[in-house]
Amino acid sequence: MSLTNYLVLSTLLFTIGTMAVLLRRNGIIVFMGVELMLNATNLALVTFSRMHGNLDGQVFAFFVMVVAAAEVVIGLAIIVAIFRTRRSASVDDVNLLRN
Amino acid sequence: MSVHTLTAARLPFADLAVPVAPSGPWQESAWLLVAVPLVSAAVLLLAGRRSDRWGHWLGVAASAASFVIGALILVSLLQAPVGERVVEVDLFDWISAGQLTLAAGLRLDPLSLTFVMLVTFVGSLIHVYSVAYMDADVDRRRFFAYLNLFVAAMLLLVLADSFVLLFMGWEGVGLASYLLIGFWNHRTEYAVAAKKAFIANRVGDLGLLIAMMAMFATVGALDFTSVFGAVSSMDTSTATIIGLALLLAACGKSAQFPLQSWLGDAMAGPTPVSALIHAATMVTAGVYLVVRSAPIYEAAPDAQLAVVVVGAITLLFGAIVGCAKDDIKKALAASTMSQIGYMMLAAGLGPVGYAFAIFHLVTHGFFKAGMFLGAGSVMHGMNDQVDMRRFGGLARYMKITWVTFGLGWLAIIGVPPFSGFFSKDKIIEAAFMPVAGAEWRAWLFGSVVLIGAGLTAFYMSRLFFMTFHGEKRWTTAAEGAEQHPHESPRLMTWPMVVLAVGSVALGGLLSIGGVFTTWLEPVVGHTEHADPVLPIPVIMASTLVLVLLGAFLAWRQYAASTVPEVAPAGSALTRAARRDLYQDEVNDAVLVGPGAYLTRSLVYGDRQVVDGAVVGVAHVTVGIAERVRKLQNGYVRSYAATMLAGAVVLLVVVLVTRI
Repeated sequence: MSLTNYLVLSTLLFTIGTMAVLLRRNGIIVFMGVELMLNATNLALVTFSRMHGNLDGQVFAFFVMVVAAAEVVIGLAIIVAIFRTRRSASVDDVNLLRN
Repeated sequence: MSVHTLTAARLPFADLAVPVAPSGPWQESAWLLVAVPLVSAAVLLLAGRRSDRWGHWLGVAASAASFVIGALILVSLLQAPVGERVVEVDLFDWISAGQLTLAAGLRLDPLSLTFVMLVTFVGSLIHVYSVAYMDADVDRRRFFAYLNLFVAAMLLLVLADSFVLLFMGWEGVGLASYLLIGFWNHRTEYAVAAKKAFIANRVGDLGLLIAMMAMFATVGALDFTSVFGAVSSMDTSTATIIGLALLLAACGKSAQFPLQSWLGDAMAGPTPVSALIHAATMVTAGVYLVVRSAPIYEAAPDAQLAVVVVGAITLLFGAIVGCAKDDIKKALAASTMSQIGYMMLAAGLGPVGYAFAIFHLVTHGFFKAGMFLGAGSVMHGMNDQVDMRRFGGLARYMKITWVTFGLGWLAIIGVPPFSGFFSKDKIIEAAFMPVAGAEWRAWLFGSVVLIGAGLTAFYMSRLFFMTFHGEKRWTTAAEGAEQHPHESPRLMTWPMVVLAVGSVALGGLLSIGGVFTTWLEPVVGHTEHADPVLPIPVIMASTLVLVLLGAFLAWRQYAASTVPEVAPAGSALTRAARRDLYQDEVNDAVLVGPGAYLTRSLVYGDRQVVDGAVVGVAHVTVGIAERVRKLQNGYVRSYAATMLAGAVVLLVVVLVTRI
């Protein structure tokens, strides 16, 4: 199987994730979109690693995973905090920084 | 060599005593003179209300301690041979910057010691008087703190061995004067009077600063010894500039024309302040400055002439104003101005006058302080009334005040054998001394001082008769307060008695064998006796005739006939004199008005141009921000879209440039 397929899959996943972030209002779904984008990137990195025959891409993927884990913790905490105060997980309700 | 001899011949100061090092414990601890009252002032100010009970006695003790130290130094100086009577006490290295190295030091010589004795003796008496005079004032402690501060600053002024240290004392007395004129600053007009005095003094200080800059530029040093030593190599124009700048300083501090307008208003301060600062000591600092800078004036005949002219104008000016004032303190203030005019004139006459300027200054310090204290005593007994038209007939009710004031009166108008006769007569004689190449000067200034003597006799007799003689014109109960004049407490009368004794005897005692002029010789130089343009007996006789005439006219108008309780309209000159010969109006028109206009235009320029530019930049920034902030809509998803767009743009740019 050609390595290009992996890249195409990665692109598709990244695009789906992006669309989820941009179009969905529910904070949890937006968050899942972000995760999807990160993992699409990981897939691309691992594929590139394979293409170039060295481990740089895989190391990068590990870093991304670590950062993603930290981000999940913070992000979920924020969403929970917002839900507690606003009784809603919609990102459009959180617009206090307007203007 | 021949040049040097010529200079020495022109300057009688070339052979002045060379400063020597201090000897004996008292000369070495001369700094205590300044330190003791300064520490006392600090204690009184810092201890606050806690020292209310004993603070005034601490003030008296500090002033008296300075007097005792001064007297001990005086004795040690009198025991030294004449050639060693100029002592320089080094204190510490004060300023060391670039070319300027300046040591703070004190100069003990006959001139400074004369001032030390005058300031501390009269000062201590006035401290004692104030204990009773300010008895009812809740802020008496603060008053004594300021008085001590004044004594310290004045002593620093006269003891300094350089112009910079003198300037520190000079500013110090200005500050003390400001604080004391405005002591009752809850009355707006008193606070304004204090500010006026302060600002008029600042104008004078500018002169002292200019003089110091000019000295530093030409000589490179500011201590008396170096500056006066370098005068012989200074060209006349530089010396004239320095002399005129010093004269400006003296005019500010000594209330001389054209900076005299503050002195009348300065009477807003408590009467002991008027006696100490605005009669006996601080206002004579200008005379001290001129006499101290004598070597400079000797090298600048034009500046010297300016000093004489200023003195002559002020002595007539003050005398005319004094004839019309009904406020007892303002009349005395005008008289002070006029008497300092005498001293200035004498100081400008050169070596023939220096000693007599200081002599008159000392005797004036006594009789004028005595009369001010007498005026304070009258006010004390008359519910703070100051209008002489509402006095009259007080001689029977306030006997001690009457006698002591009367002695001061006889002294100031120059009746022999009282103090003023000896000092003023000498000035009149000196004014008649011929000046080589300018015969008119002897006649002009001689007649000015003669007329001044007659006017002095008139206005002082007017003041004396209106207050103590004639009918009672006291305010009645219907007019506000019924008067029950009474003699003041002993703490007030004793200082008056002591000063009156001084007014009687000091002039005669110090004239015996010319003891005072000889004493001052190490500082002001020795002058050979010369003959005035008129024989001395003629001068004396015409002075006495004018004095008696002035006193008689005053007696006829203010003692023998009825004095109206409300001032009559009077002639144009009287009306002008009541308003200080329109000096305030002139100042307003010439200085204050244009100054205010300039300030307003600068403020306008500042608002329109400078502020306009700043505000304009702010407006533009706000305008841009108004538009840009629309982008901040608060929706996370739109920010994410923007980021995405940015990432896409970056990607496209990178890819396009690669291809």
